[in-house]
Amino acid sequence: MRVNFTVNGRPQEADDVWEGESLLYVLRERLGLPGSKNACEQGECGSCTVRLDGVPVCSCLVAAGQAEGREVVTVEGLADHARQRDLGTACGTSLDEARRWAAKGQDSRTGEGAELSPVQQAFIDAGAVQCGFCTPGLLVAADEMLEHNPNPTDADIREALSGNLCRCTGYEKIMDAVRLAAARQSEAV
Amino acid sequence: MPTNGAPTKITQGTRAKGGIGESTLRPDGTLKVTGEFAYSSDMWHEDMLWGQILRSTVAHAEIVSIDTSEALAQPGVYAVMTYDDLPTDVKNYGLEIQDTPVLAHGKVRHHGEPVAIVAADHPETARRAAAKIKVEYRELPVITDEASATAPGAVLVHENRDDHHIGHVPHPNIVHRQPIVRGDADEAARRADVIVKGEYYFGMQDQAFLGPESGLAVPEEDGGVHLYIATQWLHSDLRQIAPVLGLPEDKVRMTLAGVGGAFGGREDLSMQIHACLLALRTGKPVKIVYNRFESFFGHVHRHPARLYYEHGATSEGKLTHVRCRIVLDGGAYASASPAVVGNASSLGIGPYVVDDVEIEAIALYTNNPPCGAMRGFGAVQACFAYEAQMDKVAGELGMDPVEFRKLNAMEQGTLMPTGQPVDSPAPVAELLRRVTAMPMPPERQWESSEGADVRQLPGGLSNTTHGEGVVRGVGYAVGIKNVGFSEGFDDYSTARVRLEVAGGEPVAVVHTAMAEVGQGGVTVHAQIARTELGVAQVTIHPANTQVGSAGSTSASRQTYVTGGAVKNSCELVREKVLELGRRRFGTYHPAWATAELLLEGGKVVTDGGEVLADLVDVLGDETVEVEAEWRHRPTVPFDLHTGQGNGHVQYSFAAHRAVVEVDTELGLVKVIELACAQDVGKALNPLSVIGQIQGGTTQGLGVAVMEEIIVDPKTAKVRNPSFTDYLIPTILDTPTIPVDVLELADDHAPYGLRGIGEAPTLSSTPAVLAAIRNATGLELNRTPVRPEHLTGNA
Repeated sequence: MRVNFTVNGRPQEADDVWEGESLLYVLRERLGLPGSKNACEQGECGSCTVRLDGVPVCSCLVAAGQAEGREVVTVEGLADHARQRDLGTACGTSLDEARRWAAKGQDSRTGEGAELSPVQQAFIDAGAVQCGFCTPGLLVAADEMLEHNPNPTDADIREALSGNLCRCTGYEKIMDAVRLAAARQSEAV
Repeated sequence: MPTNGAPTKITQGTRAKGGIGESTLRPDGTLKVTGEFAYSSDMWHEDMLWGQILRSTVAHAEIVSIDTSEALAQPGVYAVMTYDDLPTDVKNYGLEIQDTPVLAHGKVRHHGEPVAIVAADHPETARRAAAKIKVEYRELPVITDEASATAPGAVLVHENRDDHHIGHVPHPNIVHRQPIVRGDADEAARRADVIVKGEYYFGMQDQAFLGPESGLAVPEEDGGVHLYIATQWLHSDLRQIAPVLGLPEDKVRMTLAGVGGAFGGREDLSMQIHACLLALRTGKPVKIVYNRFESFFGHVHRHPARLYYEHGATSEGKLTHVRCRIVLDGGAYASASPAVVGNASSLGIGPYVVDDVEIEAIALYTNNPPCGAMRGFGAVQACFAYEAQMDKVAGELGMDPVEFRKLNAMEQGTLMPTGQPVDSPAPVAELLRRVTAMPMPPERQWESSEGADVRQLPGGLSNTTHGEGVVRGVGYAVGIKNVGFSEGFDDYSTARVRLEVAGGEPVAVVHTAMAEVGQGGVTVHAQIARTELGVAQVTIHPANTQVGSAGSTSASRQTYVTGGAVKNSCELVREKVLELGRRRFGTYHPAWATAELLLEGGKVVTDGGEVLADLVDVLGDETVEVEAEWRHRPTVPFDLHTGQGNGHVQYSFAAHRAVVEVDTELGLVKVIELACAQDVGKALNPLSVIGQIQGGTTQGLGVAVMEEIIVDPKTAKVRNPSFTDYLIPTILDTPTIPVDVLELADDHAPYGLRGIGEAPTLSSTPAVLAAIRNATGLELNRTPVRPEHLTGNA
């Protein structure tokens, strides 16, 4: 079957999709977006978390066909998503932005110079990344929480991220990162 | 094409900025937060096929027949291979003992053993084809514990052993046995005023790294194969893979793909050979990715153990003797069992002064899942038992458990049970003092003006209590772990370091085969290069087999050994650079000949700070490169009868205090805080050090209260191979983990550092158990503790 949906603001079309394929599989193997991770493929670990029409979901549990006509945001689109949220614009590039566009000099090998969302930068700064396999799902989940709860308590953070397993960090640096992102966000306002 | 062939560039400021001791950030951090970091399961190649493994559905059986015809006939299937299709006479592999069949031959020895492999154009096609392979089994009785393994007439798990342990084991179903005898325990026991005996059980823990076993094998024009793989040791994999493929090692090229955690579970091979076999058979790239179900069968686990202990002490609180017997279940194949036995025995009494000891550790061959390396490696199981014993003895003596430990704590100069002197700081009492001195978390934190916040109570969001039936307990534990490979192993690392001018700046390139599995070795290597070469820019070359071995990312050894190799190669590069400078500029300034010279801030300077030349000018268009091996102090094997010998390189110590709250009615535990104090020798990257300690602590918490692979004792089949049924701590299960880092230099190690990754995994579990005992008054001789153990319904 053919599936049409929007990923990170861009219309996408996937052909020859077998009906049993998950949204995760289509993102990773057909659309070249392997950022969403495949740690359990059974909805227990949260490493594949994406936004589906704004709602965080385990993309391994969403049949690809269910995404038809809907909007998906993955970790690859998180920085854009955060920037557009700040600008209050819809997904896509406004004419004004396009006029101001300039190459940002990102190093394709290291990602150095990439524009990051506040929560992405906070994960690096706080040491919340070790092996990094849980990181994409946690980032999507944490970003979503901060969107509707900009000043979370520790218990709020733990509750919001309780569906995302991490095996390396013991979660302390992840707590630090989310607190840091929240603090920077509130300073910026 | 795989993208992890690209080097990782690190840019820092000038001078020694970004050198050792600073919390520099991960060079792979940006790629990891943007989703661009290429893990082994992200590999993709035009025209690639998907591999699938068919695994045994029974634990112990003869294979009567295998019929692959229906599978082969499926559209989209390119190859089906069984034992009969293996290309050479080498059909087994293994870390130490080559007892593990690449594909089962005539017999399967554990549930989930690989029997056949399939390559197809879609993963689901491959799965369905594998399901159409017909395997007829004739089941055999299962060996599941020591009694069944050594019973008269017991079936032998391996019939014709010819490995180097068979000569000294009491039974062919025992992989290895290590006794350690020092002093006279019988005589010492007569001086004891109290004698405490205990029997303990440690459940089977899984590494549960999140990145599943996976990789991509690409056939090459010269008949070789290039494997992009997540592993802990590229060269160990290579040594095992090449002979099975019938290829010389230089035709099996290995590049480290992104590794999603390891914790010991990637020391053994998983899908490496299978992917290469299918790629060479089909002539197409083959990708294999396990799902979580398969991952539980696809790697070894932590050995479950039965531990029998006897401790004696005088009424003044001095230990007189310890006797212990540790029975580790190695499962169907040897994996790292012999080395785990060596650790469990040599570290079996913990960080205490005891002159009279009798220790015996064995690993069994059974039909349970194979067990091998996991963070803590034999020392974890022992620590759980000896720390429970220490609390029991303190209780018998009416002493405070921490004071009792301090009274018996080892220190620098203490002899291990192996007779080896501990010749660097061993601040056991100090760590206990520090962890005791940390402020206690307030009582009843769940109470608020709006009632109980259930998220902070046992049972959490399940809303099982608002504080009724909840009691608090506090427990302490301390442990000792060896660092590096022990018992005479030639444990070296190789580093290639190059210094050259690029873009008008001096740039160092560090190339090792070290597996970065998340621990942060790549961060530390760049720091070392900046410190030693005084340059701002360091490029970390991708890890592959085009450079010599870096040994395993295990045993808390990488910063010590590969870090040591990077330091050593940098020093050799520095000497060559200075020699070059003397040749070019020596006549301009007498200090070139007379002063101690350093590389700092991109310049050659005297130890007095006078600048002699810019590195850019010294180097010109020359490239200075050194590849060298580096070794730590040699060790020797333990004597097979007495266990005596200087078998270890270095020791690592951590202590924990656990505070728990237990819902005594439902048997639910909430760990409120797990404080840790650890001596790290020298923190090369303090942020990463704390991350390691908190991560290790949490894995110890997991096996205290939730993590256990359940194996049916009648069938030896695994009952919970999923994250639905095998639980690891979530962010709600994990408490705050305050860490106190002590830095007492070990003069034998580079920068005085101490391997740190494993020690916190040891003491965490017994501290939590002690706290639960303190809260409930129950004996609790097994881990993990489940609700039924606390409510009396077990």
